[in-house]
Amino acid sequence: MKTNIILAGVGGQGILTIAAVLDTAALDCNLNIKQSEVHGMSQRGGAVQSHVRISDKEIFSDLIPQGKADIIISVEPMELLRYLPYLKKGGFLVTDLNPFINITNYPELKELYNEIKSHKNTILIDAKKMAKEIGNSKATNIILLGAASSLIPLSDESLQKAIKTLFERKGERIVIKNLEAFEKGKEIAAEIVSLN
Amino acid sequence: MKKLLLGNEALAQGAIDAGISGVYAYPGTPSTEITEYIQRSKTATALKIHSQWSVNEKTAMEAALGMSYAGKRALTVMKHVGLNVAADVFMNMSVSGINGGLVVVVADDPSMHSSQNEQDSRYYGKFAMIPILEPSNQQEAYDITKYAFDISENLGLPVLLRMVTRLSHSRAGVTISGRRAQNNIHLSKNPTQFQLIPMHARGRYKHLVDIQPDIQELSENSYYNEYTNAPNISIGIIASGIAYNYLMENFEDDKCPYPVLKVSQYPLPKKPIKKLFDTCKKVLVLEDGYPFIEEAISDFLGENRKVIGRLSGDIPRVGELTPDNIANALGFDIIINENIPKVVSGRPPELCVGCGHRDLFDAINQLGKEMKSQQVFGDIGCYALGVLKPYESINTLIDMGASITMAKGAADAGIHPAIAVIGDSTFTHSGMTGLLDAVIEDTPITVIISDNSTIAMTGAQDSSASGRLIDICKGIGVDEAHLKVLTPLHKNLQENIDIIREEINHKGISVIISQRPCIQIPKEKKDQLKALKKVNLN
Repeated sequence: MKTNIILAGVGGQGILTIAAVLDTAALDCNLNIKQSEVHGMSQRGGAVQSHVRISDKEIFSDLIPQGKADIIISVEPMELLRYLPYLKKGGFLVTDLNPFINITNYPELKELYNEIKSHKNTILIDAKKMAKEIGNSKATNIILLGAASSLIPLSDESLQKAIKTLFERKGERIVIKNLEAFEKGKEIAAEIVSLN
Repeated sequence: MKKLLLGNEALAQGAIDAGISGVYAYPGTPSTEITEYIQRSKTATALKIHSQWSVNEKTAMEAALGMSYAGKRALTVMKHVGLNVAADVFMNMSVSGINGGLVVVVADDPSMHSSQNEQDSRYYGKFAMIPILEPSNQQEAYDITKYAFDISENLGLPVLLRMVTRLSHSRAGVTISGRRAQNNIHLSKNPTQFQLIPMHARGRYKHLVDIQPDIQELSENSYYNEYTNAPNISIGIIASGIAYNYLMENFEDDKCPYPVLKVSQYPLPKKPIKKLFDTCKKVLVLEDGYPFIEEAISDFLGENRKVIGRLSGDIPRVGELTPDNIANALGFDIIINENIPKVVSGRPPELCVGCGHRDLFDAINQLGKEMKSQQVFGDIGCYALGVLKPYESINTLIDMGASITMAKGAADAGIHPAIAVIGDSTFTHSGMTGLLDAVIEDTPITVIISDNSTIAMTGAQDSSASGRLIDICKGIGVDEAHLKVLTPLHKNLQENIDIIREEINHKGISVIISQRPCIQIPKEKKDQLKALKKVNLN
């Protein structure tokens, strides 16, 4: 078993929170993990990605080879598409639909959504709105993680435990909100998958 | 129990467990997290391990050597181009040798993710004639750091430990073993060891040359240089550091059908390389960075060439290694199902919304319209993004501190206005000496120190310049009448343009401090800085 996940977004959007939950849960389950991230100049509002690899066997490369990613999770719709060359045949796409527009040549939204929807295995959701509804707009990431969780070879319990561990120092309210976000993500993904 | 650590953090934990008494460093991507980890470590704090940032890589390495002189173990850390700054002490301490264990960590940045070149530090290690270690994964980064201190103390030499971006910034579970105690103070038994006047230096250099066979022997027998036999001898592979991982990624069940020599310690081990040459029809060299190994083992005249790699074009000559470019070299097909759709635009990094550098560039650009021949010499930091749209304010970007000195040379050549834009921390790192050059000749340049009170690009580390810039400039001899302070805010745009214009028109050296804290630094720290400023004004 080896699962390759690419996390995508714009510097400052916090994709590393998702990575941290995955890392913590995988380590807790005694699985091997490698997770590369971007530090430095690109972090300032540029395109950033993290490669997360989880396996019960030894993992060699810190980078996922092209055409080998099982899932791309993106907190930004255009950034999702930037990593398509990494997606394996039949791989899944999970993304928030809210654009982060800090460039003058950002594509037309309609065109962008059409491109995303042209893929079969796609979960395109308004995670930001859902996060606001539960009263923690910062939990967008965890909603997306919840939405992708059925595709990830880690139990819900281990992911929930990792969320508790990571948010513990921010207080119980934040822990509860993030667990709620995880649950919301799971629910909406289940709805979308059943519609397909 | 495994700990989840970045390659950099694993290395830092290895250094703590090797019994260091201090780390000396200047921040620089991809090396920064090593020192930060030690700064945050409760163990390191309890053990009183020195971890405060140094002003630059040269001062850092010299302080590390001082700690080693006292008999204690020291780590010094920098990015690849930082070693250029510290090259003076680096080359000379290999001649003097060390006392307490001393490990120089240099993090290279192949593909220039956050750098202006992709120089390969292994050449420096060879140049200094010292051992080089190159871990291939996070666990090795931990283990090899402890080993580095062992061989440093056994040989009496500094050891170079080379990291690359992808290992520095990738996490994995790492098994931590025991920690050894720090050294007590003890001086070298050889009283002339550190006195490199020519008569002593000749002896020390002879000693360095004489112990080369010992260093070679260590490599020949190193646990970190591993030869693995395999049946298919159509090709033999040498894979150094992280290249080994990318190689193994390409084979099912972790079995490479070709003989492989994994190299993580230099000088290059001759025996296993000879064996590979004798066994295999040709040799493929996989290394991140320059073709360091390939060049060393290639046939000089290029006849009967049996070695392939970056020089032969089988691997791209520039840019970092990936599992994909190695797959190509091995003749495997890469199955890309989809390309990046046309709808996707590039998203380069940019200055944060609300950043003070933005307001400074607005003022400089307005003046550029007035002053037809204006040239702006930039420097290393977030404000280097002023090269890009929408500002395009900066004409040059070369190395730490070059803004002031290049502006001076250009002014000497007759360029006016010549404006230098340099950050606060870059100024104390390498700008002060250049400013003295300009002060001595009263060169007509306008130096703008864009002071955001932090080392922002690498993640808001403390700046050595905080609260000291005015005193430093006065001390260097800048005339107070031409030492101005402005606040880069949109509401001050016209006032700021007037201040800069006035100093451009001054026919001598001027310094303008454009002062507003980085928006990324936390509020508590901003309050501390305000207090510091008050003290400074009183």
